[in-house]
This record gives sequence, structure tokens and C-alpha cells, in this order.
Amino acid sequence: MLKVANLNVYYGGIHALKGISFNVEEGKIVALIGANGAGKSTTLRSICGLKKVREGEITFKSEAITNKPTNDIVKSGMTLVPEGRRIFPNLTVTENLMLGAFLRNDGDEIAKDLEWVNTLFPRLKERKDQKGGTLSGGEQQMLAIGRALMSRPDLLMLDEPSLGLAPVIVGEVFKVIRKVHQEGKTILLIEQNALGALKLADYAYVLETGRIVLEGKGEELLNNEQVKKSYLGG
Amino acid sequence: MSPDVFLQHLVNGISLGFIFGLIAIGYTLVYGVVKLVNFAHGDVFMMATFFVFYGFTLFMMPWWLAVIFGIVVTILLGVGIERIAYRPLRDAPRISSLCAAIGMSFLIQNIATVVFGGRQKSFYVPPSLTTTFVIGGVRIQAITIATIVVSVIVLLLLTFLIKRTKMGLAMRALSVDFDTAKLMGINVNRTIAFTFAIGSALAALSAILWALRYPQIWPFMGVFPGWRAFTAAIIGGIGSIVGALFGGFMLGMVTILLVAFFPEAAGYRDAIIFVLLVVILLVKPTGLFGEKKSR
Ligand SMILES: Nc1ncnc2c1ncn2[C@@H]1O[C@H](COP(=O)(O)OP(=O)(O)OP(=O)(O)O)[C@@H](O)[C@H]1O
Ligand SMILES: [Mg+2]
Repeated sequence: MLKVANLNVYYGGIHALKGISFNVEEGKIVALIGANGAGKSTTLRSICGLKKVREGEITFKSEAITNKPTNDIVKSGMTLVPEGRRIFPNLTVTENLMLGAFLRNDGDEIAKDLEWVNTLFPRLKERKDQKGGTLSGGEQQMLAIGRALMSRPDLLMLDEPSLGLAPVIVGEVFKVIRKVHQEGKTILLIEQNALGALKLADYAYVLETGRIVLEGKGEELLNNEQVKKSYLGG
Repeated sequence: MSPDVFLQHLVNGISLGFIFGLIAIGYTLVYGVVKLVNFAHGDVFMMATFFVFYGFTLFMMPWWLAVIFGIVVTILLGVGIERIAYRPLRDAPRISSLCAAIGMSFLIQNIATVVFGGRQKSFYVPPSLTTTFVIGGVRIQAITIATIVVSVIVLLLLTFLIKRTKMGLAMRALSVDFDTAKLMGINVNRTIAFTFAIGSALAALSAILWALRYPQIWPFMGVFPGWRAFTAAIIGGIGSIVGALFGGFMLGMVTILLVAFFPEAAGYRDAIIFVLLVVILLVKPTGLFGEKKSR
């Protein structure tokens, strides 16, 4: 579904991604793990057209999307839950969710998806008229995921959804990701929480300073000595 | 001073306050979305009166058509300015686009002087707007009432647009976070162009109301209303529509009541307005209705 080939991205003189290639097959959960500064967010931002790609090719549903405008890329059926959630603090929960459906005009279907998001996150329904900025961190993460789902994406990308959340909430977030996957969404998940991500993933890639150094099935990597040492705390 | 006369000044002040408010909203709307003080706003305001003037005198349009023509051309001008002068600088440091805005202001004033000439021209005022009503001893001009009515309608439409439409939602999203707005599928260029269109339409409307009240137009007529309205927007808290309206009201009132009660001090009105600005900013640096946190 998504093919990334030889991706090279720079910040000024800094070579942040040094020829990354990977695939996300339809219906799978794929994880990309790596330490701080490895280039995980840069990878997702490049896919979405938020960061200019110097070299390489990104293909989504067999169409080249490299360096296309973000709104066109989103329209083609993918979306990103950005790092740090980035909900709109000045808008209500409902308005945040409706922004997720910004490109859609199918009112009835939007209402259905809103209902679905509300069953996934009952807490959001309770807070629907509250300003996004007044939610707790966990609620904001749920809102960010719910907002992304409102675009009815085929590919959902998440950038460190567990970041800064209490362990209980992290568990809840991972559970929701699994549920969303069962509803038929393809998922590209980025995490520093390697254990949680690898347990969830069908396939995973390990990113180190702008290069993919390892890849394999989720459980394979869980038992890999190198991964255990570097990312799972021995 | 009798209560009647006071009431008369009050209505006048409200009417002028609305005009300042409408201009100020033009500044605040654009600032809220793109974080740019559009210093050319006062000059777009000036241009609107000339478009109406030439529509009426040169193209012999009926007056109402000349007004619509003026508003439409002003919108095109405002959107065009954004396209050629501000958009290319969007990712540049903010000081660059600020300089571009100041340059654009001088450019428009000087082009207008060359093309229209520097002398004042009389703006046509339909006779129906100069009639004076006497309501219980209070004398009010039709234009004063028309200004209030038009302003209220425009404000209601604007509120609806921002609170209830998709475009308004896009503008509010863009005002806090460009990247995430893009992820929602919002077309940033189109939304910003739309914001400038609304801002310019407000400039045109307020300019026409202004010119009907003070029917002499010339290329530098936008400078002082522009500065005062900008001050109003700052007093109210730039980015806040309610704030801009409130600031505009305050200025309208100060201007009219000063002339009414202390005619000998009327020459100091700009000084007084700026003292007011400084005091308010000292007490509340983000303006009366401003957000605590800025990007
Ligand atoms: N705006 C920027 N300007 C300059 N360098 C940047 C910028 N953003 C990221 N970088 C650099 O690019 C590299 C990759 O950053 P990126 O944010 O993609 O890492 P990450 O894997 O997402 O890290 P984290 O886990 O901390 O989110 C880092 O070395 C970082 O310092
Ligand atoms: Mg990151």
C-alpha cells in the first residue's frame, strides 16, 4: 500500500534520513522503532508532504506522492496523528473531530464515523463541548486519534502515541490501535516504546541515525538480542 | 448640555465606533490567521473609495452598482497583494513580510497619487442618506443609522461565517497550527486568500461608510483611519474580533465625545488615543481581549 524507496531528507546541512526504504502492506500493522533523533518523525512528515524530500520515491496505492501538497496526500486516503498530539486547543472536541472530516461531504457517513469514534472513546463524548486545550494528556491523545479516524483513512500513521502518558493510558491507547486495525485499517506506528509496538506489529523496522539497521516480524525482533539490548532494557 | 444633544453625540459615536471596528476587524482577522500586521490595509481602504468613485463617474454605473463594483475590485486588490507580496515570504522571518506590508502601503499611496492625482475629490452621497430625522428632539442623519444597521448585519454574517462554516473552521484551525491544519486536508493558500478577501471586503465597506460621512477622498485618506483602527485592534487584543470591535467603539466614542465636550482639546485626540493605548498595554500587554499565550 505504501512504498518508501531510498528516502533522503535534510535539515539545512544535516542529513536526517540517509536512504530509507520500507513497505507497508495493506491490512498490516507496521512499526518503526528507534531512539531519540533517529529520524522517525522526519520519516512520517516526509510521507505526508510536510517536509521536503531531497531524493527518493514515495508511492501510495501505486501513485507517486513525493513532495505533493499535504492536503492532496491526505485526500488520497492517509493521515497522521502527529507527535505531541497537536489538537486545536481553541476549538471544542466536536470541532476538532469535524476538522478531521474536513475533506468529506458525505454527511450521513460522517455522522456514523462520529458515532464510531464516540464508542471507541466514550470520554470524548462526555467532553464534546469542552475546548480541546482543557483536556488531559490522555484525552488529547484520544482526540488526536479520533480526529484522524474522522477522515476515514485507509492508512493511519501514528507518531509516538504513547509519549508522556501514564502506563494505564498507554495500554488503553494500544488497545484502541488494535481495535482500529481490526476494523480494517492499515497502520504505520512509530514508537520509542519498543516493547508495546513490537507486540502489536506484524512487521517492524529499526531506525538508527537516519538508517534502517534491522527489520523483521514483530515477535522475531522481540527475541532479537540486539533489539533486546538497545530497546527493551536488556 | 441637554440630554437630547448628549444622545445625539452618543449615536454619532456609536456609528463612528462601528466604522473603526470594521476596519480594526480587517487587521485582526488577517493577523489572527497569518500573524502579519497588514500595513497596507488603510490603503486598500482608500482604494475602495476610488473604485466606487470611478465606477460612478467614469463608468456611469448606478450608485448601488458602483458600490458593489468597488467592493469586488477591492477584494481582488487585497487578494492580489497577498498573492504577490506576502505569500512568497510566508516561510521567511516575520520581519520580512512586515517590511513588505509597509512597502506595499507606500507603493499603493504613491501609485494612487500618480493615477488619481493628489487633489481631493468629492464622493457622491445619495440624497436619501443626508436626510435628517428628528426623533424626540434628537437629530440623526440617515447615514448614521444606515452605518449602524449595515455594521450590525455585517458583524452577524461574519460571526456566522467564523463560527458555523467550514471555511471559518479552517481559519480558526490555521490561526493556531499550520502543519496540523494541513494534515486535516485544509488548503492553506486558499484559506489565507479567503481571509484576505474578507479583510478587504471589510475595508471596502468601512471605507464607503466613511466616505459617505466625510465625502472627500484622496490618496492619503487611509493613513489616519488605518492607524487609529490598528490602535483599536491592539487595544482590544490583536487576533480577537470582539476586541477589535470594542477597541473601535472606544476610539469612536473618545473622538466624538471629545469634540462634543472639550472642543478646545479636540486637536489632541490622537495624543489621547495613544496615551490610552500605552496605559492599556501597560496594564494588560496582550490587549483587553487578547489571548495570554501567543505562538
Ligand atoms: N526542524 C529541524 N531543524 C533541524 N534539525 C532537525 C529538525 N527536526 C529534526 N531535526 C534533526 O533531524 C534528526 C531526526 O529528527 P526526528 O525528529 O525525525 O527524530 P525522531 O526519531 O522523531 O526523534 P524523537 O524520538 O525525539 O521524536 C535529528 O537529528 C534532529 O536533530
Ligand atoms: Mg519524533
